[in-house]
Amino acid sequence: MKRRVVSFLITAGLVLAAFAAAAPTVSSQQDLVADLSDHEIAITTGFTGAELLLFGAIEGEGQIVVTVTGPRQSMTVRRKQRVAGIWINTASMRFQNAPSFYAVAATGSLDDIDPDVRARQEMGLGHLSLRPVLRDRDTPQAEIKAFREGLIRNQVRHGLYAAGTGRISVLSDRLFRTRVSFPANVVTGIYTVSVYYIRNGSPVHAQTTPLRVSKIGVGAYVFRFAHTNSAAYGVFAIVIAILAGWLAAAIFRKV
Amino acid sequence: MHVYLPIAEISVNVFLVLGMGGMIGVLSGVFGVGGGFLMTPLLIFMGVPPAVSVATSANQIVASSVSGVIAHWRRGNVDFKMGLVLLVGGFFGSSAGVALFAVLRRFGQIDLVINLSYVIFLGTIGLLMLHESVRAILRSRKPTGRRSKLHQHNWLHGLPLKMRFRRSKLYISALLPLGIGFSVGVLTALMGVGGGFVMVPAMIYLLGMPTGVVVGTSLFQIIFVTANVTFLQALNTQTVDVVLAITLLVGAVIGAQFGTQIGAKLKGEQLRSLLALMVLGVCIKLAVDLVATPVDLYSLDFHVIHE
Repeated sequence: MKRRVVSFLITAGLVLAAFAAAAPTVSSQQDLVADLSDHEIAITTGFTGAELLLFGAIEGEGQIVVTVTGPRQSMTVRRKQRVAGIWINTASMRFQNAPSFYAVAATGSLDDIDPDVRARQEMGLGHLSLRPVLRDRDTPQAEIKAFREGLIRNQVRHGLYAAGTGRISVLSDRLFRTRVSFPANVVTGIYTVSVYYIRNGSPVHAQTTPLRVSKIGVGAYVFRFAHTNSAAYGVFAIVIAILAGWLAAAIFRKV
Repeated sequence: MHVYLPIAEISVNVFLVLGMGGMIGVLSGVFGVGGGFLMTPLLIFMGVPPAVSVATSANQIVASSVSGVIAHWRRGNVDFKMGLVLLVGGFFGSSAGVALFAVLRRFGQIDLVINLSYVIFLGTIGLLMLHESVRAILRSRKPTGRRSKLHQHNWLHGLPLKMRFRRSKLYISALLPLGIGFSVGVLTALMGVGGGFVMVPAMIYLLGMPTGVVVGTSLFQIIFVTANVTFLQALNTQTVDVVLAITLLVGAVIGAQFGTQIGAKLKGEQLRSLLALMVLGVCIKLAVDLVATPVDLYSLDFHVIHE
């Protein structure tokens, strides 16, 4: 009986020690800890968008900035012009590595942060690194700026770039949290969630967490089928349609 | 209740899509047209990318044409010989159309061409139909008793490669149906329509086919042309959304039941003038969109990211 109690105490001690070592200790070494409520967004058949909670703790005085960037892709922006009364796309510019999704949140004003830092870490829509592809680089800066702003406006309209700076709420100067919402039309892939701890205008600590957005279920299957085996998918679509049409005709006859 | 469309990559309200399918179904039941000319613009309006709208409409029309043709076939209203000749033209036309679609998309002009084609075709057909049906209504009010000839003879009847089409009671050049089939095939690929609204008037006014076999024959060849477009778009652009097509279809099947009942109660000329007004309505809406200053002069191309 005694031996049992002793062994229990030893085990409990070990567990406690292990727990203490694993627990996120906010020391001077680790000024910032943060995590997401979920590391995966599953696009199911009933998907209408998702909201994630980002939370964490900080040690000491400073500002927190959170950025979420979607997979980068090249995007073509087109500009319309009135030709003989109707609006026609007459000019275009292709941007490489434009984020397919972007959101930023901060505890204070982003304007307090050093512009170089903002540009480097892409803090704010105006500081996104949107560079035209090589062949479009000779275009005058004013033109590039107009196309860049056009791209941002379109993405904001589609809900893929968050319009303003989100709020981060801070509890007793230590705990913080913010919500990031994703619309139904998000693209799949690996997203990057970055949390910056900023003191005197420059980051003293940063943490990056990946977030996976993927399709699951029937939708994922249909999408994969359509893209990996296009010919079979085409035949499948036709067969489904013919069967459905035939079935409808059969039902009609009964009625 | 929302459903996520895997190819269009947007989430839509199921009941909205079912309702839209239902409305198209009512139209097809009442007027005997596929309703693709309304479907594609409505899908685009819902936020489905134009490329996906066009390809998916084609897929949905395969189904509605199959169920339509079965009913006409039972009544013996299909001229298979004419259908096959139209089909050969349609096959080449739709293949050329899909290729043209890809080129236009690369140059960023596909939306413009889709809109322009709609305005031109809907405008022309709508006006022609309205003119014809109003005249028919007026004529029926004061009967003259004189029976008109089966069809008018003109230079089109002088073309070579003459063929006899027994069901249609015609002896005409095969080049005519081939040409019509080709043109309508191009339209199917570009606009996501079955092309019945172009095909039917062309068969009546250009070929001089008897009205009874026109709808059945055009439906017969539409099945194959839309199937060809579905296949080629699935292969080349991966823009056929089966989930969207099936949802539309369910609505269309239910809608068509009501449509046929309504259609049976209306007179032919009245039906045609109603359809003409509807066609003109869509045409005017699209024309305004072309001319009105857009919300944003800058737009982004739709494309799917590959994982």
